[in-house]
Amino acid sequence: MNDQAILTVQDISLRVGDKTILSNCSLSLHKGELKVLIGPSGAGKSTFLQCINVLTVPDTGSIFLEGREVMTKNAKELCLYRTKVGMIFQDFKLFDHLTAIDNVAIALRKVRGKSREEARKRAIEELARVNLSDQANLYPAQLSGGQKQRVAFARALAMDPLVLLLDEPTSALDPELVGEVLAVIRDLAAHGMTMIMATHQMDFIRAISSEIIFMEQGHIVEQGPPEALLGDTAQSRTKQFYNSLATV
Amino acid sequence: MSFDPIFFQDELLPALNRGLMVSLALIIPASIIGFILGVVLGCTRTYGSAFLKKMGDAFTALVRGVPLAIQLMFIYYALPKLGIYFEPYGAALISFIICTSAYQSEYVRGALLSIRKGQIQAAKALGFTPLKIILWIIIPQAARRALPGCGNEIIYLIKYSSLAYLVTCMELMGEGKVVASDTFRFMEVFLVVGLYYLCMVSIATILLHWLEKKASIPGFRPR
Repeated sequence: MNDQAILTVQDISLRVGDKTILSNCSLSLHKGELKVLIGPSGAGKSTFLQCINVLTVPDTGSIFLEGREVMTKNAKELCLYRTKVGMIFQDFKLFDHLTAIDNVAIALRKVRGKSREEARKRAIEELARVNLSDQANLYPAQLSGGQKQRVAFARALAMDPLVLLLDEPTSALDPELVGEVLAVIRDLAAHGMTMIMATHQMDFIRAISSEIIFMEQGHIVEQGPPEALLGDTAQSRTKQFYNSLATV
Repeated sequence: MSFDPIFFQDELLPALNRGLMVSLALIIPASIIGFILGVVLGCTRTYGSAFLKKMGDAFTALVRGVPLAIQLMFIYYALPKLGIYFEPYGAALISFIICTSAYQSEYVRGALLSIRKGQIQAAKALGFTPLKIILWIIIPQAARRALPGCGNEIIYLIKYSSLAYLVTCMELMGEGKVVASDTFRFMEVFLVVGLYYLCMVSIATILLHWLEKKASIPGFRPR
């Protein structure tokens, strides 16, 4: 394996009953890359992301962070690994009982062991970065979808992750709120954040991704830079999928 | 039957006030200790190992399945045959703690099960250990959901504390019964005893409502 890779996952497979959910999925991420998972629904994109930070435990497969294999069976090591791999969910999953600022601060305090003041200070910085300074003391139920997702970004980024996993971060949003979340992602990419994102925002993918990974029925069907898979002369499965989306 | 202020002033109210103090000495510790044990038991029954879950379930089934009067009598009259002795007050307190903790555990368990899976996933993804997830994410949410049910149990406890007179613990009901038997003024005595309980329950209700209001969070209501 490549020494430069920040995160490498190898041969992740998962079966439920006799149904194959994921079959030998591998990928490797280098610093500053944004790889995008696309494919029809049910292709296994979300499950693949969940397997990468072991929220779903794969049957087989190995994970390497900065060249070291992560012993996911070791509870302590798994927790430490997860602090370094941030996750953004489709439905935000903010902690319902905490204000925006406490949503960001709680992991700093309880996982990182920072003092209340330190954590608050950092949380204020992170909320400012996603333009939510004025909403710091609101509860999730008082925020719009786009605001909730931006709090979720602040919460993940406060942990200084090496990699960010994004599971369809804009799919649950009203169309007019998608832009504010994409702006956050674009800003992160510009600042060199390493990311894997499952998404259906095709035009966004073309503009910003370093590589497209096309999945179907639990397999990685093809992968390559967007111009190779989506260029005018491309004859790829990805392009077919792209065109089918465009005609709808 | 005519109203007799002297009887109220010299006999009934002093006896009932004495009993009230004993009742409060039963209710307050039993509700606090019972609630804490109920939380521990409820967590064990939800997140414990298979063996602990079974033990917790069996305990709850036993306590909920046998009338409280029998539990009280068993602790006070039967355990001494095994060499375990309690004062009437101690027997009543222990039996109330056991009973209320079993019921509280059921409310707590329901609230724990109602926490959305996504909350736990999000905490895991941030590197929380299972214990920290329970302490900082699940319990603060579950406590708010469990509050109405747990409050209800405390109100029950206030009323079933009157069973303590069965083991000769002279609380409100016991004192009332003695005065009633001595004077044959059943009507006045039981009306006033009932009023005492009604007042205790009303005060508890107001306190619980206040607590619920204070703990409430926008958009996060008990379901």
